[in-house]
Amino acid sequence: MDFSFVIGQSITQALGVTAIIYCLAAMGLNLQFGYTGLLNFGQVAFAAIGAYSIGVIVISFGASLWAAIPIGLLASVALALVLGIPTLRLRADYLAIVTIATSEIIRLMVRSIALRETFGGANGINGKMGQAFHDLNPFHADIELPFLTWTRQDLWVVTVGWSLIAIFTLATWLLVRSPWGRVVKGIREDENAVVSLGKNAYVYKMQALVLGGLLGTVGGIVWAVAKQSVQPDNFVPDVTFFSYTILLLGGAARVFGPIVGAIIFWFLLVFVGEFLNQMIAAGWITFLLPTDVGPIRFILVGLGLMGLMIFRPQGIFGDKRELALDAR
Amino acid sequence: MPANGQRALEAQSALATVPRVPGASKPDPILVASSIVRRFGGLSAVDVDHVEVQRGSITALIGPNGAGKTTFFNLLTGFDAPDEGAWSFNGRSMGRLSPYRVARLGMVRTFQLTKALNRLRVIDNMLLGAKGQRGERLWASLFPFLWRGQEVKNTERADVLLKRFSLDAKRGDFAGSLSGGQRKLLEMARALMSEPELIMLDEPMAGVNPALTQSLLQHIKMIREEGSTVLFVEHDMDMVHDISDWVIVMAQGKIIAEGPPGDVMKNSEVIDAYLGSRHEKALTESGESLTTGEIK
Amino acid sequence: MVNTPKVNPSDYAPDAHYIKAKGKRIRTRIRPRFYVGALLTTIAACLLLVFAPSAAADGTAIVGTLKGPDGAALTNVSLTVVAEGFTETVSTGADGAFRIEVPKGGKYQLSVDAATLPTGITFSKAEDQNRSILVLMGDKKVLFTFASGTDGGSTTTSSFTWARISQLLVDGLFFGILIALGAVGLNLIFGTTGLTNFSHGELLTLGAFTAIVLNELGLNLIIAAPLAIIISAILWGWGQNKILWKPLRRRKTGLIASMVVTIGLAITIRYILLLFFGGSPRSYQQFAGQSGLEFGPVSITPKSIVFAVLAAIAIAATVIWLQRSRIGKATRAVSDNPALASATGIDVERVISVVWILGAGLAAFAGIYLGSTQDVTWNMGQRLLLVMFAAVTLGGLGTIYGAIVGALVVGMFVQLSTLIIPTEMKTVGALFLMIIILLVRPQGILGRRERVG
Ligand SMILES: Nc1ncnc2c1ncn2[C@@H]1O[C@H](COP(=O)(O)OP(=O)(O)OP(=O)(O)O)[C@@H](O)[C@H]1O
Ligand SMILES: [Mg+2]
Repeated sequence: MDFSFVIGQSITQALGVTAIIYCLAAMGLNLQFGYTGLLNFGQVAFAAIGAYSIGVIVISFGASLWAAIPIGLLASVALALVLGIPTLRLRADYLAIVTIATSEIIRLMVRSIALRETFGGANGINGKMGQAFHDLNPFHADIELPFLTWTRQDLWVVTVGWSLIAIFTLATWLLVRSPWGRVVKGIREDENAVVSLGKNAYVYKMQALVLGGLLGTVGGIVWAVAKQSVQPDNFVPDVTFFSYTILLLGGAARVFGPIVGAIIFWFLLVFVGEFLNQMIAAGWITFLLPTDVGPIRFILVGLGLMGLMIFRPQGIFGDKRELALDAR
Repeated sequence: MPANGQRALEAQSALATVPRVPGASKPDPILVASSIVRRFGGLSAVDVDHVEVQRGSITALIGPNGAGKTTFFNLLTGFDAPDEGAWSFNGRSMGRLSPYRVARLGMVRTFQLTKALNRLRVIDNMLLGAKGQRGERLWASLFPFLWRGQEVKNTERADVLLKRFSLDAKRGDFAGSLSGGQRKLLEMARALMSEPELIMLDEPMAGVNPALTQSLLQHIKMIREEGSTVLFVEHDMDMVHDISDWVIVMAQGKIIAEGPPGDVMKNSEVIDAYLGSRHEKALTESGESLTTGEIK
Repeated sequence: MVNTPKVNPSDYAPDAHYIKAKGKRIRTRIRPRFYVGALLTTIAACLLLVFAPSAAADGTAIVGTLKGPDGAALTNVSLTVVAEGFTETVSTGADGAFRIEVPKGGKYQLSVDAATLPTGITFSKAEDQNRSILVLMGDKKVLFTFASGTDGGSTTTSSFTWARISQLLVDGLFFGILIALGAVGLNLIFGTTGLTNFSHGELLTLGAFTAIVLNELGLNLIIAAPLAIIISAILWGWGQNKILWKPLRRRKTGLIASMVVTIGLAITIRYILLLFFGGSPRSYQQFAGQSGLEFGPVSITPKSIVFAVLAAIAIAATVIWLQRSRIGKATRAVSDNPALASATGIDVERVISVVWILGAGLAAFAGIYLGSTQDVTWNMGQRLLLVMFAAVTLGGLGTIYGAIVGALVVGMFVQLSTLIIPTEMKTVGALFLMIIILLVRPQGILGRRERVG
């Protein structure tokens, strides 16, 4: 059994493209759920919009990546408006139901045979959709540190990805410490109280939904550019719930929560997976098949999500003082 | 009758000539409502023909449980929509306005069930009340220099109010850690942060410890002295008697009596509707012997 | 007189039990000791099942028949079975059938070599190509569904014939009844506890799997089904409330947090099932391949008639129970106003227990119904969850009649919509309908607006 391989894989993944994508999605959820109290169960829809905008516009229509990115962001805003208009005046549950439903609507539509010409059906869209971005790659060689190996391409994506995260984190920090942040936090606590003080809660909720959705869309764009392939079944509701787990792991309503959460989450998930795989391969575990590792990882995520929400919604490094106030 | 303060005298003398009948018109009404009806299924929770509230007065809205007081508040402040009716505030017609607009026009309410924003600090609760904040706009919020100055001024004002309501020691605590009575105080102070012209308090005394009641009464009188109008719902007859310039009585959705507190409490219709004949004696004997417990 | 602050019920639900009823209690026929006994028996049965695979049996085999979407046998397709120290590859015969003898019960990995499929034929479900199979004893039948690559799955026969419309109406009615079974429980739980349960679909799945387990242990479905419903009601309903939700209510966990917890629970349950039972669809041993009876232009299988009638009876019984029985009335009182209900001597926690039992029982029924008319898979309930939510939001969150009406509307809508949209997108139609209704009438068809302040 190759333990250093397991650790290496875990570290590479924890800092890698997937962690970046999920971190962006979780940052969106942090604005929506953590600060504003909006239960968006369809964050994956925003990621799908981003990824498919790139795929469709670059590959199916042959346009430029630099045109596709703003169009994807616009589509994301449109989606947020469509989701928000009917639901943001209603109880929190309605937004949750409508968002998860919409994420499935989108997945089923892009998957459908009827729209295969555009979206590629179950096979999705494959092709060099991120080429324009990779052409700008300033790195000349792959990186091979102990425990950390990235190709030249990955290195470029990871550098830009984490830089984006840094910028968005700064913006989030500015937002939530401002009077705007105070209003959205007030809405999270009690919307009617905020309305009775003359704030248009609906507009603030919409703003949070749009901003959070945009972060998810950026995640989707990173996906398409980095993996050069988008498939409908990459965008199942579980992606949203992984993002929730990440957010809670790092701590909801904490500016650095999603970053901390994404790194720990992917480290643990990859570690457990690879560790079990190695154990099975080495014959140390005989009661499991290699195919059992996938479900086991999901079970851990499910249990983690429940446990965190119940016992430590403020994150593993969270502040006890807030917990004492009834953790919602 | 409390006779303290310039405004109190003004309000009382203005109301002195008003006939003591339901729907009486006032010399200088800040709020006028006509034929307001709200039904829940078969039940007419509110069915008010006409009512006016005198500017600069403290007006009490009383009535038995389920009389429709809170529903009436909800309708007036836009949190609920009436089946029929129209009302105006400061001469401006208010029908179908969203609640946040109502508040911006200067008609601010508190809730019967307190709505402290638990995971916000007390001072942030207060600051949320301030009006016209530049930093509440999404783009401006990213540039602190645009709103810092205003924020400092608001904070000063909030600190003054907190001190007045004896909450200054709790300034940095989460509102969720306050006691029930302190939350009532915070909610009232927060509403005052928006400098309302008309403040509508739904049972401000419920759950407030008797020792605090006196100072709360002073606060409410102070609001009047500062030029605002107060409309409040209360079950505590002592308090109503003590501070109100005018009392409006609701029962089963209708306004059944109006007048200065002394007069209204002698009104036999009110006694019947409000307390049932059993309590007649206690009530007519002046508020003194009545405890809140008996009424509830 | 009682001072009753009226807020939406959910605001009160979490701490409702704090106002413990001291007065008269509503008596029900629940005997905790009976439950404990049943619980232990079931756990024993489950353990038995988990260990059963290791018991070797004679003549154990994986069997199946591969047929194309047009029903033609797929010949010469190569399949491989892999397990610890065992590999075997076979090809399908002229009738499309295959049989792979395996040494003992246990878990096997079955994969189909897609290259050997006739051109133009693809898997309807990609996961069919490679799946792990739990073989207990005897022949383990494996089902495959194929689509023809060009238009598989989107077979819109957009012919507006009356025959087709009446068939779809009947299908829609049956589907609506199925949804109603789930939606009623979902709504009862929402009504009494304020919880929007995103793991309700898993109650269906658990019910279907409980029946599969009993069925594969040798019980005929006619016995296994009612037994599974009872076990599910107790284990997955009462037990879940007892172990998870009651403590959470005591901790005053808020509703939003609880919703996230239901998501975590749903994921956990689904993947536990996937881990233990594998991803391949299963079917009950009885009534599997029934052919339909012809009623004029409409063809219906006898089993769906039986299930639909029983389901309709179960729903009607639930409604009557809510109207007539003491505990039913108490349930309605709690849905209306938990604080008031508990102040008038209703034991809110007891009502909630009963509602979970009932909800899980109805859901298990729905799961078995779904499992026997289609097949039993680890994510069958999840796939129905959104349709149930569509039904519930359509009818109005928290109202029972709303749930039933909503379910029938959604059921019909889903089926009839296939007249114009491709079959693969029929759920999309229902979800769209839900969003449109929310725009027009947010409180649902039969719902009511809630109050502020
Ligand atoms: N959303 C609602 N749905 C149905 N009935 C309602 C609703 N809101 C209020 N009611 C009913 O309207 C009537 C008036 O209620 P309201 O809360 O206005 O009374 P109140 O005068 O404020 O009583 P209290 O002194 O107890 O606060 C009550 O009978 C109540 O049950
Ligand atoms: Mg009231």
